[in-house]
Amino acid sequence: MTLNQQRKFKTLIIGFFSWLVACLLFFPIFWMFITSFKTELQAISIPPTLFFEPTLDNFSIVQERSDYLKHAMNSVVTSFGATIIALIIGVPAAYSMAFSPTKRTKDILLWMLSTKMLPAVGVLVPIYILFRDNGLLDSRIGLVIIFTLMNLPIIIWMLFSYFKDLPKEILEAARMDGATPWDEMMKVVLPLSIGGISSTGLLSIVLCWNEAFWSLNLTASEAAPLTAMIASYSSPEGLFWAKLSAASTLACAPIVIFGWFCQKQLVQGLTFGAVK
Amino acid sequence: MNIFAKSTVTCAVSFATAIMATHAAAATEITVATVNNGHMIEMQKLTPEFEKAYPDIKVKWVTLEEGVLRQNVTQDIANKSGLYDVMTIGMYEAPIWAERDWLQAIDVSGDYDVEDILPSIRGGLSYKDTLYAAPFYGESSMVMYRKDLVKNAGMEINDRDSWDHIRDVAAAVHDPSNGVYGMCLRGKAGWGDNMAFMSTMANSFGARWFDEDWKPQLESAEWKSAVNFYVDLLNKYGPPGASSNSFNENLALFNEGKCGMWIDATIAASFVTDPKQSKVADQVGFAQSPYKVTEKGANWLWAWSLAIPAATKNADAAQTFIRWATSKEYIELVGNKNGWAAVPTGTRTSTYENPKFQAAAVFAEAELKAINSANPADSTLKPSPYVGVQFAAIPEFQAIGTTTGQMVSGALAGSMTVDQALKSANVSADRQMRQAGYY
Repeated sequence: MTLNQQRKFKTLIIGFFSWLVACLLFFPIFWMFITSFKTELQAISIPPTLFFEPTLDNFSIVQERSDYLKHAMNSVVTSFGATIIALIIGVPAAYSMAFSPTKRTKDILLWMLSTKMLPAVGVLVPIYILFRDNGLLDSRIGLVIIFTLMNLPIIIWMLFSYFKDLPKEILEAARMDGATPWDEMMKVVLPLSIGGISSTGLLSIVLCWNEAFWSLNLTASEAAPLTAMIASYSSPEGLFWAKLSAASTLACAPIVIFGWFCQKQLVQGLTFGAVK
Repeated sequence: MNIFAKSTVTCAVSFATAIMATHAAAATEITVATVNNGHMIEMQKLTPEFEKAYPDIKVKWVTLEEGVLRQNVTQDIANKSGLYDVMTIGMYEAPIWAERDWLQAIDVSGDYDVEDILPSIRGGLSYKDTLYAAPFYGESSMVMYRKDLVKNAGMEINDRDSWDHIRDVAAAVHDPSNGVYGMCLRGKAGWGDNMAFMSTMANSFGARWFDEDWKPQLESAEWKSAVNFYVDLLNKYGPPGASSNSFNENLALFNEGKCGMWIDATIAASFVTDPKQSKVADQVGFAQSPYKVTEKGANWLWAWSLAIPAATKNADAAQTFIRWATSKEYIELVGNKNGWAAVPTGTRTSTYENPKFQAAAVFAEAELKAINSANPADSTLKPSPYVGVQFAAIPEFQAIGTTTGQMVSGALAGSMTVDQALKSANVSADRQMRQAGYY
C-alpha cells in the first residue's frame, strides 16, 4: 500500500467512524421526530414500525392542551436573559483573572468550578425557601437568576481560557498608546475574542434551554419553560409516547434551528483556545 | 370638538377601561396542580364550562409527571408557599397531611351529596371522619385476561381464584414462540409500582408490613412465600425484562395482544377495551384478584383526589372548583359530552347505578366489586397498626416501600435471592422505623 493509499484509507476509516458516531447521536432525535407522527398504538408497537401513515394529531393535541407560545417565550426570555447577565458579569471577571492574576486566582477558579460538582438537589430546599421568601417562585426573574448562577462558573472558565490566549504584547501596546483598562477591555480584548464570547454565549443559551431540574421545581403556571411543558406529557396511567414526542419535537425545534445557523461560530469557538 | 370635550371623552374612556380592568382583575385565579391522566386532561378541557358557570373564577393548570407532582406539591405544602390552590393527591397523602393540618377540609355541605361517594374511598380520604380530599377517580386492582386464549387453552378464570389456579392458567396460555406471555405484572421498583401489586399479593398470602409494635415483618414466612411465588411466576411465564415493567409497559404489551393475563389497576379496563388503543379490545375478560390464604387486602384501593392546601389564599374559589369537578353533575357532563365509557369512575354510587354507564362500560360491575371489597382499615390477616391496603399510611412508608421495591425487583432480575432481598429490605426498614422513633 502506497503512502497515498494509506492516507486515503485512514481518511475513509475516520470518516466512517465520524458518521457512525454522528448517526448514533442523531438516532434518538430522529426516532423522537418520527414517533411524533405516529398514533399511540404505533408508537408502542413491537417490533417498532418504520413505515406508517403519518398523522398530525399529536401536534394538534399539544397545541390544544398546552400554551406552546407562552412556554416558548419563557424559554427564550430566561435563556437569553440569563446568558446576557452571565456574560456581563463573566467578561470582567474572566478579564481581571486573565490579565491581573493574583496568587489566589487559581484557587478562585477551582472553587467556582467546584460549585458545579454539587448535586443541584442538595441545595433545593434552601433555594426554594429563599425564592419563596423573596416572591421569586414561578417568576421569570427567579429563573433568570438561577440560570445565571448555574452557568457563571462555566462561562468564566471558558472566557478565562480565551483571554489567556491573547498575546499580552497587544495589551502592552495599547497601554503605550494611552489606553485605560476600560479601553483595553472594550477596544482590544472584546473585539479580539468575539468568537469565543459568542460560542460561550451560545453554549450558555443551550444549557439554559435544556435545563429541567430548577425549571420543574421553581415554576408552576406562569414562568414554566418548554422543559416543563415536555414533562407534563408523561403519564403514570395511559399511553403517552407519541404526544410526548410531539411536545419534545416542538420544544427542540427553535434551539435546533438556532444552533443550525450558529454552528459555524459554535464549532469555531469551542475548538479555539489553548486549553482545547 | 374642543379640547374640553376631547379631554372629557378621554377621561370617560380611561375611567371605563379602568373599571373594566378592575372588574377583570377582580376574578379570582386558582392554580390546579395535576397529573397527566386521561380523566384529568378531560377535566382541563371542560374548564370553560366551569368558568361559564362561575365567571368570577379563572382556572390555571399545571400538569406534571407523577413523581414531580408529588415532589412539588409536598414542597409547596410543607413550606406553605401557596403556589397551588388545588392539588391532586392520592389516598396515601390525604390522611398524613390532614393530621399535620396541611390541608383544608372539603366543604361537603348543601347539594354535594357526600353520602353518594363510595364508602371505602370516602374512608380512605378522611381523617377523624372529616373528608380532606375529594375523589376525582378511584381504582382498585383486578385480573384482566384474554378470553380467547384462556378458552383455547381449555381453562377458566373466575372471581377470586386461588393463586395456584392463576399460575396454572398462566402456564397453559404461555406461548412465547408466538409472542404471548402467560402473565404480565409490575416489576419496576417503586412503592407505587411493583410494591403496590406485591403488597396486595403478600396480603393474600397472610403477610403484613408491620406487626402491632411497628416492627417490619419482611422476613416472615408469608413474605418469603409470596415473593418466591411472584418471582417464579414471572420468570416462568412473564415477558422478558419484566423487572422494568410497570403500568404503561404492561398496558402496551396487553394492548398488543402479548399478555394472557394482567393484574393491575381497574382504570386499565377502559383502555384495554377501547378499540382505538387495543388490538384485543373485544376479547378482554375481568375477574376479582386471586388469593392464597385470605381474601383480605387481595386488591388495592387508590383514588386520585383534589385537595386544598392550608396556605392557599383562594380557599373559597378552590372549594367551588373541587365541588364542581367531583360532583355528580360533572360526571353527567362528561358522559353527555364524551360518552359514558369515558366518565371518571370509582367515586360515586350513582355512576354505577346509571343505566347509561352500565350499558357503556363492560367493566363496571367488576370494578365496583373490587373497590367495594377493599378495606384500608382491615387489609391483613394478622392484626396490623396501619391503615392502607397497598401501603401503610405513615410518612416513612415511601422510603421503605421504594427500598423494598428495589430489592424485590433485584430478586426478579436475578441479581440476588429472594431471601437476601427481603433480609436487606427488612434491615433497611428496621433502621428507618428506629430512627423515626417508633420503638
